[in-house]
Amino acid sequence: MTPLINPVTLFFASIFTSNILLSNFLGMCSFISISKDWKSSFGLGMAVTVVMTVTAAVSWVVLYYVITPLGLEYLSFIVFIIVIAAVVQVLEMVIDRASPALYMSLGIFLPLITVNCAILGAILFMQIRHYGFIQSVAFGAGSGLGWWLAIMLLAAIRERTEKNPVPAGLKGPGITMITIGFMAMAFIGFSGMIAVQ
Amino acid sequence: MNPIILGPLVVAGSAAFLALVIALVDRVVNNYGEVSIDINHGKKVLKVSGGSALLGTLASQGLFVPSACGGRGSCGACKVRVLSDVGPVLPTETPYLSPQELADSVRLACQVKLKKDVAIELPEELFSVKKFKATVESIVDVTYDIKQTVFRLDDPASIEFASGQYVQIVVPPYGDIKESVQRAYSMSSRPGDSGRVELLVRLVPGGIATTYVHKHLKEGDPVELVGPFGEFRVRDTPAAMVCVAGGSGMAPFKSMFYDMRERDAFPEKEIWYFFGARTTRDMFYLDELRRLEREWPRFHFVPALSEPKPEEGWEGERGLITDVLDRVMKDKVGKDKGMEGYLCGSPGMINACIAVMTKNGIAESSVFYDKFA
Repeated sequence: MTPLINPVTLFFASIFTSNILLSNFLGMCSFISISKDWKSSFGLGMAVTVVMTVTAAVSWVVLYYVITPLGLEYLSFIVFIIVIAAVVQVLEMVIDRASPALYMSLGIFLPLITVNCAILGAILFMQIRHYGFIQSVAFGAGSGLGWWLAIMLLAAIRERTEKNPVPAGLKGPGITMITIGFMAMAFIGFSGMIAVQ
Repeated sequence: MNPIILGPLVVAGSAAFLALVIALVDRVVNNYGEVSIDINHGKKVLKVSGGSALLGTLASQGLFVPSACGGRGSCGACKVRVLSDVGPVLPTETPYLSPQELADSVRLACQVKLKKDVAIELPEELFSVKKFKATVESIVDVTYDIKQTVFRLDDPASIEFASGQYVQIVVPPYGDIKESVQRAYSMSSRPGDSGRVELLVRLVPGGIATTYVHKHLKEGDPVELVGPFGEFRVRDTPAAMVCVAGGSGMAPFKSMFYDMRERDAFPEKEIWYFFGARTTRDMFYLDELRRLEREWPRFHFVPALSEPKPEEGWEGERGLITDVLDRVMKDKVGKDKGMEGYLCGSPGMINACIAVMTKNGIAESSVFYDKFA
């Protein structure tokens, strides 16, 4: 069942060729709102990476050692959400302690990682593609880093284009969506190199 | 096993396990150990365990910073000047802080988490604030919507305050109200009667504390009061007092007048008391205050109705309290020793009265008020 893809290949593929944000367009809300600021973007991207890696590992264990043996696959969504929520909660406490400034700048988007669709999306890809444990962790970390890369790129672009004259109706989210569109097209250039399935 | 039992069991089990993990991490990560709170440049130093909000930690040490919402960041009352660095101002605080307060590093005590040693500044008067266990002695209707509620103090058995100050009544969870809240009421009892606290509580439809007092509280019930608070008190000057109140704004003035009469305090002060109501239904203490006026030459009582009904046979002043105030201040109030304004009532009434008073020669800095929204 488990696909034969090498975890290292999978790791890099999920960063570049099938970037979870730019090829699947998952996790857009915080991507657009936080990318205004370079530092917060870095923090949020790292937070998403940690949450994705940890939840991928924990969810894999729960999926193959609890849910599947008991025949409760229909409960997997709800259990995944609980796992994500718990991991985010722990991460929130750690960030609050370690870096109050980052905690402040992430604000509401830190707890909102819980409902960041990129994370649930990554876990569901892991489930439907029947990844093994190592592959799941590699995929989770890769997808998280891919998300981090995408938000860093967007934050950098937004910082450079901030002062550019933009038609009034396109200011803010409008021009950001267009920018993301160009970025997604650029990333299509990577596709075909490796097929992630 | 039956999937109907197994499903919930698995979900609950995984949730419980993860909750355990969170609780363990919380024990480790949020353990800040012992921190010290330096109050007023070393006047008082508290050693407390860190990790919780400043407001609750101070309360656990017997220092009650006024707070109406009980620490949920929705009233903005618990302002405290924080001298040491406790991190940036939170978005939950900014709506309640003026640019001046931000510059003075004023923070909301309920939003500042104690992570390390801090230095703060508190008004000296807060040191005398206590939490009182009390029993409801009587509840009397003085109008259709205002109850005169008297509490007997049990522990501590007496309160020291200046007339005009207020206490906060601790409203326990009741009915649909799931969290304890505190609401401020001016004391209408005299400081001389220190074993009792009397409050005038007007029923506000939907109000948490007022509904509690009006619909749930009975004689003999235990209640907690926190106080005294407030800067609203008679200033020690010879200037005439021009006092304006409406509704339950009567409370601090009742305390002030009977206290001054009892002690013959501030003998040079002439007192003018304007009390505004709509109809006789809203008027109360009329006989007592008129008797006080007859017996006490320097006290002048001007009750006014804005919408008296013909059948009520009202003989006093008519019109909006601001118009009556304007008229009487122009013609009758002696201005030779100067004047001070004292106001208690709704924000609308207070703002309107401040305008009339400044127009009639009272400096805005000499108008004192408690604004109850």
